Amino acid sequence: MTIHTELTPWDKVQIARHPQRPHTLDYIKALCDDFFELHGDRRQSDDEAIVCGVGRYDEQRVVIIGHQKGNDTKENIRRNFGMPHPEGYRKAMRVMRHAEKFAMPLICLIDTTGAHPSLAAEERGQAQAIAQNLVVMADLRVPIVAAVIGEGGSGGALAIGVADRLLMLEHSIYSVASPEASAAILWRDSGKASEAARSMKITAQDLRSFGIADEVVAEPEGGAHLDPAASIRALNAALRRHLDELMRLDPPALLNHRYDKYRAIGRFRETQEALAAH
Amino acid sequence: MKDFFRRAPIPFTSSRRDQQIPDNVWVKCASCGELIYQKQFQDALKVCPKCGHHARMNAREWLATLLDEGSQVEHDADLASVDALGFVSPKDNYEAKLAAMVERTGSNDVIVSVSGAIEGLPLEVAVCNFDFMGGSMGSVFGEKVTRATERAADRGVPLLTINASGGARMHEGIFSLMQMAKISLALTRLAQVRQPHISLLVDPCYGGVSASYASVADIILAEPGAHIGFAGPRVIEQTIRQKLPPDFQTAEFLLKHGMIDSVVPRAEMRATLERLLRLYQAGASVASAPQLENLVVGRE
Repeated sequence: MTIHTELTPWDKVQIARHPQRPHTLDYIKALCDDFFELHGDRRQSDDEAIVCGVGRYDEQRVVIIGHQKGNDTKENIRRNFGMPHPEGYRKAMRVMRHAEKFAMPLICLIDTTGAHPSLAAEERGQAQAIAQNLVVMADLRVPIVAAVIGEGGSGGALAIGVADRLLMLEHSIYSVASPEASAAILWRDSGKASEAARSMKITAQDLRSFGIADEVVAEPEGGAHLDPAASIRALNAALRRHLDELMRLDPPALLNHRYDKYRAIGRFRETQEALAAH
Repeated sequence: MKDFFRRAPIPFTSSRRDQQIPDNVWVKCASCGELIYQKQFQDALKVCPKCGHHARMNAREWLATLLDEGSQVEHDADLASVDALGFVSPKDNYEAKLAAMVERTGSNDVIVSVSGAIEGLPLEVAVCNFDFMGGSMGSVFGEKVTRATERAADRGVPLLTINASGGARMHEGIFSLMQMAKISLALTRLAQVRQPHISLLVDPCYGGVSASYASVADIILAEPGAHIGFAGPRVIEQTIRQKLPPDFQTAEFLLKHGMIDSVVPRAEMRATLERLLRLYQAGASVASAPQLENLVVGRE
């Protein structure tokens, strides 16, 4: 008989951020034969915090876009720890259009602390870059499946995450602000991050219970970092299943399905009477 | 009356707006310190006659300033927020905070959405009350802006959003974040009927509102000196550890960096909107509007 300890949300945050957890390129290499990486935003530069390209996934041509964290310090600096600048989101956007032009389904792998908050990012329109991607994904005429493989860092994640289906690995998290930022904003104490992780309901299980995540993909015992190959196989099976379902829909039905998914998100009540206008 | 005998005039802050300030009281410009008669300030649309600083206006003031009198029909005023996460916090709880905000502002949430007209030209309007929890975007905000957008699409009229927000509402967690996507989806319906979305960015506008619909409108206007951005200045200073330029994240900075269409002084806003509504009124100027799907590069 094995005894399982319940993982707290804060434990899950540590697992989601674990340096040995498989990253986007690890998934791409395992899932795709013949992956050709595309670079550049066609305006000024190539942001390596985002990886994207075209590959063969079983017999299917797909486009894959993901946040890429580094495997060592040097790579992390090159990839800015997986935190994109506006040019990263613009690269993603042009590759999304590319997928649409060639009628290839889109797989998005989410794993970021968030969009990079810097002077340069603001000068180059970080808000606009994220916002643009949201509307481009909103009526992209190909199936989109997104999977949170590590951290879903707020708008910086959502900018490649407006999908027909949202999958989350078992110990991944997805939040409107990081636990540290949440604690700092709410309680002026970023040291209370573990409480924030609990209060903010950021686990895969939470999002599944809200109906926002469509499936939670089981990880190997202890977390994906302990058996990356098994994690990748597990996600592969789920991706395959959701893509097959979505591929049966024609574009109008697909777009309606996507509209309905997001239209339904929100919790509110209708009061008995409106308050009198001031 | 006791205000008359104050040595220091009352600085004009939004929290005092709710009180009935008599017209014979001075207010002090928050920017240059100039003393202005309350009535003169109101007549100037809360713009300082000396330095031009635009003080913040609440939703009702915006609607009164911009829309034709008697043209407004308010929608969805009865929508109220709920504690979707069962939010537990050491300092207060979300429900108590909401109740306090409702009491203070007289509104159920941030957004006021109305059908109205400017010089007889119809439009849908969704305007933020920054006084309500810093204009933060939660489920009700998202639902009301979505409904206003859908209404504009159904009626075939333009949408005007007036945006002042600190960003997503923490207390609703992932529900708040997803409102960015929800509103983006609704905008596709408006685009299909080729009606414009005009976004007016006012001080302050940050986070999830800036990073969604407010920054991808067909026309983006901003008020002079408004602070608009994605990440807050303190976060950026911590990241880069260097001094920020003096005009950082102002409307003028955004214009310089290609992110908005025009900075419009408040006194000219109604006339500017009228011009835009007239320009975009009634149909295509080419014989048949091009099929969007066939464009090689795709559409904005």
